[in-house]
Amino acid sequence: MTSIILKNLTLPNGTGADIAIENGRITQIGGVAGSGIDCSGLQALPGFVDVHTHLREPGFEASETILSGSKSAAAGGYTAVMAMANTSPVTDTPAIADFILDSGVKAGYVEVQPIGSVTKGLAGAELSDIKGLSESRSKVRMFSDDGVCVFDQNLMREALLAVKKFNGVIAQHAQDPTMTVGAQMNAGALATELGLAGWPAEAEESIIKRDAQLAEQTGSRLHICHLTTAGAVEVVRWAKARGINITAEVTPHHLLLTEELVRSYDSVYKVNPPLRKLEDTLALREALLDGTIDVLGTDHAPHSREKKECEWQNAAFGMVGLEHAASVLQEVLIQGGASWERFATILSTKPAEIAGLETQGKLSVGSVANITMIDPSAKRVIERQTNSKSVNNPFAGITLPGQIMHTIFQGRFTVMDSTLKEQL
Amino acid sequence: MRHLTSIRELTKDAAISLLDNAQQLSQVNDREVKKLPALRGKTVVNLFFENSTRTRISFEVAAKRLSADVINFSAETSSVSKGESLKDTAQTLEALGADAIVIRHPFSGAPKLLADQDWISASVINAGDGSHEHPTQALLDALTIRQGFGLNQDLSGLKVLIVGDILHSRVARSNILLLNLLGAKVTVAGPQSLIPLGVEQMGVTVNNSFEDALSDSPDAVMMLRVQKERMQGEFFSSTVDYSKAWSLEGDRLDMVGKNALILHPGPMNRGFEISSQAADDPRSQVLRQVSNGVAVRMAVLYRCLSGEQL
Repeated sequence: MTSIILKNLTLPNGTGADIAIENGRITQIGGVAGSGIDCSGLQALPGFVDVHTHLREPGFEASETILSGSKSAAAGGYTAVMAMANTSPVTDTPAIADFILDSGVKAGYVEVQPIGSVTKGLAGAELSDIKGLSESRSKVRMFSDDGVCVFDQNLMREALLAVKKFNGVIAQHAQDPTMTVGAQMNAGALATELGLAGWPAEAEESIIKRDAQLAEQTGSRLHICHLTTAGAVEVVRWAKARGINITAEVTPHHLLLTEELVRSYDSVYKVNPPLRKLEDTLALREALLDGTIDVLGTDHAPHSREKKECEWQNAAFGMVGLEHAASVLQEVLIQGGASWERFATILSTKPAEIAGLETQGKLSVGSVANITMIDPSAKRVIERQTNSKSVNNPFAGITLPGQIMHTIFQGRFTVMDSTLKEQL
Repeated sequence: MRHLTSIRELTKDAAISLLDNAQQLSQVNDREVKKLPALRGKTVVNLFFENSTRTRISFEVAAKRLSADVINFSAETSSVSKGESLKDTAQTLEALGADAIVIRHPFSGAPKLLADQDWISASVINAGDGSHEHPTQALLDALTIRQGFGLNQDLSGLKVLIVGDILHSRVARSNILLLNLLGAKVTVAGPQSLIPLGVEQMGVTVNNSFEDALSDSPDAVMMLRVQKERMQGEFFSSTVDYSKAWSLEGDRLDMVGKNALILHPGPMNRGFEISSQAADDPRSQVLRQVSNGVAVRMAVLYRCLSGEQL
């Protein structure tokens, strides 16, 4: 493998430095002799890690494949993604998990780590092969039925106990299904006016509260996917104050977009959990700044055109997110006065820790060279079409700060000069 | 105005001007030759994904009185996307020469989607979408109230009471928006389980007692049609209990002011949400509403298709 020298970049702590990479690892940080790639003005960060990506393969390749999703991730500055289990077949056996792992390696753009389903077929009735998944080549550590909630309380308790044995984590999609039958958007005055069935905040908050208590009883690790309400933030704050082993995630879209967009009935804004009110959005931003929310998870959910080009009620839930996540975070976090160190924690270090990805989230001598470089001074208009196969992009046309200039995955450029590099 | 998918698209002036046009057009109804050449050569398609004989016929009569060609298209839809998409259906109709698509759809927002996406260039008129809106119904109700009180501008100072299943009613939503726009004071009354969350924010007062709401002397009492199958279990204990508390009958009819108007969008469930006595009362505007429906739809079709006021 070749060696790379990056010159004149800025480290997360704000100091200037060069970085030398040899054989896929960082060998030097500081003043490095010799010429290299000039990175003046660029912010170096540990490669981003997404704890919540839907890659759609196997089963829904018209929407995304592991290859196209990996490209989109690299273009967004990611060096690792956690692939959600709601594929077809569901990732509830070692064979499916290993297929995803191997396909990720073959694609070669990011580390693709499968998430196992909590229950067989996401049916919520019996646990999937959690032990087998944890002992497979994929060494699955994160389990989630995302898309649906693990609603059976006793099953959730069993799942938490099952993953405790190998320090795994359950990532819960908090949505009481009995309170959200046919729900189409955030409950309230706007849903009433638009004639769409409402999705009450309590449906999310009650499950988080319940699961926090289960995590407390079992001493297991609990991760809450996509927080959306001010009340949910309060519940997580309470749980953390009690010392419960809980982490929480927020999506780029819930940080910036609100339910007002649903007035258009444009299904690009249809997402589960739904876009909420401005006060919720503001509470989520505050929680991200004060550490109540730990990580940004994209919930990148590509859907083919035919699943979105239809009536709101018939349209699929979900939006793409990998290629604007960092810009949204910069807008909210850096503009909100936080440091690039906190940015690195939210987008890389902490997600790597939650997911148990040992070679990710580090920007230090000796660690695997997973590095992302942003031009923070850039402004860009988000394009509808990204490297994803799908175009359900609610950020299209919005101007956001920051441009991914280089992404280095395991010592190789996957993005150079903001252009995706074919991995052969 | 190219489309009409929601009362939200109208300014107060636009709404009043539509009502003025409808008032003029209603006179065509009284002529020997009930026809104007205004939309000759235009094609109006009634695209109905839900059965509604009354609304369809009303639009059909309205279009024909303006000399447009009318095509009725009954389409099927399902809760999951199966079969032909809305986009394909609409594009097919446009390829057949539709200048306006009058759409009735069980899903809220379908008309707005057709109007806003660049799938077709035809005018889109909402004939009722899910529990969202039914704008021409609200316009015909407003015209009826205006006539009932001999008014020729807005409805400021009038009190309107809407009674029944507000939760599922598109008629109620369009009326709330339009009556507010025209300056009326709107109260909704119905059992708590049928009052939607946050409806106050649309500019109404909520009352959970019919008698109490009537004691406020409303100028118009608008009874909503009740879907009987909904009046059981989840929303109400029984149809009998519903009728007891929320039917316009007996003492309640006596509470309605001498000069007040009784409205119902039809078809009525006589003896259920409205007694026969109330339906046939001189204060009842039910048939006036039907004829005004044609006039309002003529005005809307003309405005959307010609781009002009009369």
